Amino acid sequence: MSYTKISDKIERVDARTKARGEAMYVCDMTLPNMLYAYMVRSTCPRGKILKIDVPNLPKGYKFITADDIPQKGNNELWMISKDWRAFAKDYVLYVGETIGLLVGPDRTVLKYLRDNIHIEYEPEEPAVTIDDGIASKGGPMFPEKGNNVFCSLHCEKGRPMEEVFREADEIFEETLETGYQEHVHLETNGAIVTMEDGKFVFYASAQCPFYIRKSIAGLLGISTDDIVVRQCTTGGAFGGKEHFPDVLCGPLLVAENVIRKPIKLIFDREEDTQFSVKRHPSKCVYKTALKDGKIIGMDAKVYYNVGAYLSSSFVVLQRGIFHANGVYNIPSTHLVGEGIGTNTFPTCAFRGFGAPQTIFAVETHMDHIAHHLGVDPLEFKKDYIIKQGEETVTNGHIIEEVKLPEMLDVVTKEADYWRKAKEYTPGCGKGIGISMYLHGGAFTGNGEQAIIKAHARLVRTGDRVRIEVGSTEMGQGFQTTLRKIAANTLQLPIENIDYNNPDTSKVVDSGPTAASRSTMIVGKLVERAAEEMKRRWDEGDITTEVEYEHPEGYPWDQSTFRGDAYLGWGWGVACVEVEVDKLTNEVKTVGIWTSHDIGHPIDELIVHGQVNGGIIQSLGYASMEKLENKNGFFRQKRMSDYVIPTSMDFPRQFYHLQENPYPWGPQGAKGMGELVFNGADAAYVDAVERALGTTFNSIPIPPEDIEEALKKNAQ
Amino acid sequence: MLSEVKFTLNGKKIIYQGDPLRRLLDVIREDLGFTGTKEGCSEGECGACSVIKDGRLVTSCIIPIGACNGSDILTIEGIRDTEKGECIVSAFAEGGAVQCGFCIPGMVMAAYYLLENNPNPTEEEIRMGISGNICRCTGYDLIVDSIALAAKKGAELWKK
Repeated sequence: MSYTKISDKIERVDARTKARGEAMYVCDMTLPNMLYAYMVRSTCPRGKILKIDVPNLPKGYKFITADDIPQKGNNELWMISKDWRAFAKDYVLYVGETIGLLVGPDRTVLKYLRDNIHIEYEPEEPAVTIDDGIASKGGPMFPEKGNNVFCSLHCEKGRPMEEVFREADEIFEETLETGYQEHVHLETNGAIVTMEDGKFVFYASAQCPFYIRKSIAGLLGISTDDIVVRQCTTGGAFGGKEHFPDVLCGPLLVAENVIRKPIKLIFDREEDTQFSVKRHPSKCVYKTALKDGKIIGMDAKVYYNVGAYLSSSFVVLQRGIFHANGVYNIPSTHLVGEGIGTNTFPTCAFRGFGAPQTIFAVETHMDHIAHHLGVDPLEFKKDYIIKQGEETVTNGHIIEEVKLPEMLDVVTKEADYWRKAKEYTPGCGKGIGISMYLHGGAFTGNGEQAIIKAHARLVRTGDRVRIEVGSTEMGQGFQTTLRKIAANTLQLPIENIDYNNPDTSKVVDSGPTAASRSTMIVGKLVERAAEEMKRRWDEGDITTEVEYEHPEGYPWDQSTFRGDAYLGWGWGVACVEVEVDKLTNEVKTVGIWTSHDIGHPIDELIVHGQVNGGIIQSLGYASMEKLENKNGFFRQKRMSDYVIPTSMDFPRQFYHLQENPYPWGPQGAKGMGELVFNGADAAYVDAVERALGTTFNSIPIPPEDIEEALKKNAQ
Repeated sequence: MLSEVKFTLNGKKIIYQGDPLRRLLDVIREDLGFTGTKEGCSEGECGACSVIKDGRLVTSCIIPIGACNGSDILTIEGIRDTEKGECIVSAFAEGGAVQCGFCIPGMVMAAYYLLENNPNPTEEEIRMGISGNICRCTGYDLIVDSIALAAKKGAELWKK
C-alpha cells in the first residue's frame, strides 16, 4: 500500500480480520483441558462475613478463596496503592466484591454451585452517595482519620480568594453533578490463565499487560518475571480494562497456583454492568466572584465518588482539578479536590480520566453566569479563552499556540451559530449550544520520565522491522498508527513493519495504554528508534532501543502540584443543536459540529472514527446513560436498562481538524483519544437549556429528569 | 430432555442432539466452533450475535436451538468469502467502519441483510438497518458510510 503524506487515510491493518470474524478475542480461545471459573461476590454493601456455606463440591471442582493465598503472598492487588483485596475476607466493603472463585469443568454445574453458596453477613449501614461519604454515614471508612477521604489536593493561582471575594460586587454559586457511566465495551472482561514452562501465563482482554504482572505477583510472593501476560485482541476498553483486569487475573493466579490447569473467566454482560469499575460520579461546588460583569476569581470544591478502594482515583481526581477551569484563564482561582470513599463498586479510569466531570461543571457554570448576565454564552466565554504563555491553574504555562478562536470561527460558521443563537428564543423548543474543552496529553508533569520510564524497541530482520512495545490496540487504531510512524520514518512500505499484540516476556515496557499517551509518547519513541535504525541501516540486522526523555525547562513538582502539568494540550469545540418536544420532553439532536486541535493527525480516517465515537459517548453520558446506585446496588443491570446510543439517536457529525503541529510528538501528533469525550455533553445541556428556557445542574438528563427539573425550576 | 434438531449452517447439514433450550449462539460458537459470531449482551439488545436464519436477521443469543429444526442459518463464516460478503468487508475496511471490531461481524450480517433486501438504501434506511446493532467505538457515521460504499461498489451484485 502506498501513501504520500502521513495523515493520508489508509486501510487499518486489523480491519479485515475483524470484519471477517477471524480476530481471536479471549472469549474465542479454548485451551486443552480448560476449566471455567465463576466469581462468587458479596451481596452486602458493608458488613462482616459470618459464615460461608459451600455445598459439597463434586470431584474436579474447587472453591478458591483468600485462604488459598500462600504464606509468602499478600491478599492485595497493587494498582497504584495496595488497598484492593483480591478476595474479601472477614468483611465486605461493597456489593460485587470478590469473595471466591468457583472453578471446574462444566459451566452448568458451576452456575448451580454458585447459586447454592450461601454467605451470611452481619450488615452495617453503607455510605453510597458522595453526601453519604462526606457525612461518614455508617461510621468513617478511615477510623484513624475519622472520615471517608481517600485523597485530596488543592491548587491556587493569583491573589488570595478572601481578598478577591471581598472585592466582588456579586458572587455566583452553584452545585453541578455528574452520574456514573459504564464503559460498555462490547467485549466484556475476560482472561485465561495457564502454565507454560513453570510460568503463569495469562491471555487477557487488557489495556496494560505490564500492569497486570506488577499488580498480581505479590499474591503468591513471586517475581513479575514468573508471570507472562499476552494481550488478546481487545474488544473496546475506554479505561475499563486499564486496572480492572487485575481484579480478574489476581484470583485466577491464586486458583492456578492450586489447580495447575488452564482456567477461563469471562464475565457475562450482567456481571460486567454491575460488577466492574465505572466513571466517577462527581459533585462540584463552583463559586465565582464577579465585578462589573467580569469574572475576577473562581473557587471550586470538587468531590469524586471513589467507591470502596482507591485504584487510580487519586490520579483521576488530580486530572479533574487540573482541568477544573476548562479552557479559561481566570485571574485568581482556588481549586480543592477530595476523593470520597463509599460502599460502592470502586470507580476507575474512563476515557477523559476525571477531566470530563470538571469540564462539564465549569462549562455549564460559565453558561449559567452568561444567562444570568443576559449575554450569549459564547460571547461571554470567549473573552476568557487562555492564550499561549498564560498561567494555568497549576502555575505552569500554556506552551503551544491556542487555536480556539480559529476553531470557533469554523464551527460557528458551519453551524450557523450566531443566527440560530439569536433566533431560537429561550423556551421556543429549539436550542443551540456550544462548548470548548481541552485535554492534557500523557502523564502529568514529568511522570513520563519519573514514573513510567517508557521504552520502545525495533528489531530488524532483512527488510522487515518489528516493533516491540507493551502498548496495546483496543480499537483506537494503534497498530496502524504505530506501523505508519515506523514505516514513514524508515521509508519502508507499511507491509514490512510487524507489530504483535504484546507478550510481556517478549517486548519492552512502554508504559500503560492510557492517558492519550500512546501515539504522542510511544509513537515518538518508535520514531526515534526508527531514526536511529535508519542512520545505522548499513550495519544490517540491528536492534535499536530508546527511553523517554522529558524536554528540559518545564518543571513539575508532584508534591505540590505546581508547574507545567502538560506539555501539549488537545483542544476542542463542539456545537449541538436540538429540538425538544415540550409535551414529552423527548430531545431530538438535529446537528453536531466539532473542531479539534490534535497537533497533526497520523491517519485521518482513524482520527475521524475516534472523534465520532468520543462525541457520541459524551452525548450518551449527557442524555441517556443513567446508572443509579440504590443502597449499594446498581439499579441498571444490563444493556436493556442501561441504554447507550444506537445509530438512530444522533445525526451525522460535521468534523474538522485544526492543524497545529506539536514539536515533541511524532510527525506533530498530540494525544486525542480522550479529548474528544470531554465537551459535547456540556454543549448538549446548553442546547436543551436554551430550547426549554431552563437550567440543569446535573447529567444525564433523560426526558424524565428534564420533566423533574422543569417542575423544580417552575416552583 | 434431549431432542434432535436438523438444520443447515453455512450450507452444511448439521444434526444436533441435546438440550433443545440450548442457545443457537452456543451451538454456533461452542459446539461447531464458529467464533466469528460474538456474544455482547445475552438478551437480544446489542446485535453482536446477529445471524441470518431463514432469510431473516436474528439475534442468536435469544433463540433456542429447538426452534431451528429445518432452518437454514448463515453466519459471518458463511458469507465472508462470497462476492457479497467480500464487498461488505472491503467497504468496511476502506471506509473506516472497524475499530475494536467486536460488534463488526454482527454489523456485517446486518449490512448484508439490508443490502439483500434494499440494494440502494438511503442514509436513514441504513441507520434503521443497523439500529439493532450497538457499536460503542465509532459513533456509527463511518459504518453508515461504509454500508453506502458497499451498496455503491456492489451495485449489480445486490440486484441479483
